[in-house]
Amino acid sequence: MKMQSSMRYAEIKTSTANYWGILVVLAVLALVGFAAAHHMDTEGHHITGMTNQVVWGLPHVFAIFLIVAASGALNLASIASVFGKQDYKPLARFSAVLSIALLVGGLAILLLDLGRPDRLIVAMTYYNFKSIFAWNIILYTGFIVIVLAYLWLMMERRMYKWSKPAGLLAFTWRLILTPGTGSIFGFLVAREAYDSALLAPLFIVMSFAFGLAIFIILLMLSFRLDQRELDSSHLQRLRKLLGLFTAAVLYFVIVFHLTKLYGTQNHDFERFILLDGGIYTLLFWIFQIGLGNLLPLAMLYAPSLQRSNSALVIASLLVIVGAFAQLYIIIVGGQAYPLNIFPGYIVESSFFDGVINAYTPSLWEFLLGIGGVTGAVLIALLGIRVLPIMPEGLPAEVQ
Amino acid sequence: MATELDNIELRPARRKFLKSAAALATTLIAPGVILYKPGHASNTSSNIPRWGLLIDTNALSESDVDACVSACQREHGWESDPDSRTDAQWIRKVKLTDAESGHQRFLPMMCLHCENPPCVDVCPTGASFKRDDGIVLVNKHTCIGCRYCMMACPYKARSFIHEPLKDQLPVAPRGKGTVESCTLCVHRIDRDGSDAIPACAEAVNHADRKAIWFGDLHDPQSEISQRLQALGAVKLRADMGLNPGVRYQGL
Repeated sequence: MKMQSSMRYAEIKTSTANYWGILVVLAVLALVGFAAAHHMDTEGHHITGMTNQVVWGLPHVFAIFLIVAASGALNLASIASVFGKQDYKPLARFSAVLSIALLVGGLAILLLDLGRPDRLIVAMTYYNFKSIFAWNIILYTGFIVIVLAYLWLMMERRMYKWSKPAGLLAFTWRLILTPGTGSIFGFLVAREAYDSALLAPLFIVMSFAFGLAIFIILLMLSFRLDQRELDSSHLQRLRKLLGLFTAAVLYFVIVFHLTKLYGTQNHDFERFILLDGGIYTLLFWIFQIGLGNLLPLAMLYAPSLQRSNSALVIASLLVIVGAFAQLYIIIVGGQAYPLNIFPGYIVESSFFDGVINAYTPSLWEFLLGIGGVTGAVLIALLGIRVLPIMPEGLPAEVQ
Repeated sequence: MATELDNIELRPARRKFLKSAAALATTLIAPGVILYKPGHASNTSSNIPRWGLLIDTNALSESDVDACVSACQREHGWESDPDSRTDAQWIRKVKLTDAESGHQRFLPMMCLHCENPPCVDVCPTGASFKRDDGIVLVNKHTCIGCRYCMMACPYKARSFIHEPLKDQLPVAPRGKGTVESCTLCVHRIDRDGSDAIPACAEAVNHADRKAIWFGDLHDPQSEISQRLQALGAVKLRADMGLNPGVRYQGL
């Protein structure tokens, strides 16, 4: 509690051209994303790369990335409130703001990609409780409400004592929410790429890593823009945490593929991802494993880079690159691989049965995805401008 | 158009109402008489039918399957460019080749109207639904176009409307941004009951030769049940336990 009483928070006050330039670029890209979605809605989805074979595409990669990262971004607040680690307390407010911003961005993409986004009210009023999707609508909106309340309790001095139970509730909620997102795929028993209970815990560790990577980048960016002191001892902790989470993602990916490899019926699918799947194999080994896991791990743990801030930023960016590759393989790769309706036969049809389904994302869906990401970052940066979210400074700790 | 649509959309609600009314009447009129009603009675034998198809692939040539597809297109007013990956296909021609012997056969593939349809399970709004008579449909008024049902269907039975449509037929309301699939010619079934013949079956059944049987799987006396009992048939992906209402012979 000592840290808490001495810690002072303040709105971001900078007015440099750089700062406003960043905000304007983010706002323009978010608006462009909106316009792209409107165009998709008017013309129909045939202007996208998505088809009746690959029904979920790039928008879903972006959306799931943001939603998964959102629950992970809350992690630092949870570590402070739930696990009582006082060192993380100064970062708890931004952690909550960022998680809301990322979730809003992700949900906006999902909503705008619907065939009938105008039917949002239908989605909010008709529930099929056997559908994990319907549950997710409740989990996501509940998450936003709970984290907003949690944020308020943290910021209001008189209510501060309630922030711990609220933090516990938010933590419990996110632990249900992320497997809920993973289960969107885990429950698809018909598709060999999915149909694994491992997707639920895999998505949890992915959320830890992805959310923290975004957190680190935005924390360092906003401190630099506002010329606040950020001692490397604070970054050191985040560096270790990111290394741990990235290793955990790698571990779960290895276990996932090993269990799949054990069953003969999955050999063809594993061969597709790991050996001869073209773009998917390339994405897996080079982008997901190489650039997204191994290289950042090396950068985070290399003794010579322990004090390098730029190494931390680059490692965080690489984790995000790996995240996109990983989600692209899960979402698009899983659909590109054909359904096995007639085992033992060579299958051909007018509806592209039995072939690897092609998918080439169009500019529109890319712009929609980028718009969601920039919109989320914009919300977070505006949040720390209008509210005292960020610590006035994070100087070296006095032991 | 409105009446046809109402007929399709309101049917389950009306059935549910009639069913609960009947249940209420039973409890009021005959207490003590009916002591026990098996919980899964509707799955096996009851007077509620379960409509299904039996497709004899041995009796189908490639041109027969083509005839099925064009009959469905005419009946429901959809068309599909063979090169298009986004056009809807309610029914499609599948060519199977035995990898060892090289033996080939052709079959029509459509919504199999599962008893336990994954598309209905995953639909967030309940737009994807199964009628009491086993027909799986999409309510075009509550479908939000999320395509989760297409992800869940093991048979690739569903299509998403990627473009604006015009000149739709009254029996098959369709709309851009929603998902659709074979309705088992529900408009014919609601009109003719067990005498109905879906368009695909009508196209390939002749006086001297029959390839597709339509009927009530719950009625042991129906022609389809008799034939299933005598000759057996394959349920595609039977391992998934979905119990499709469309069965295949000769696979």
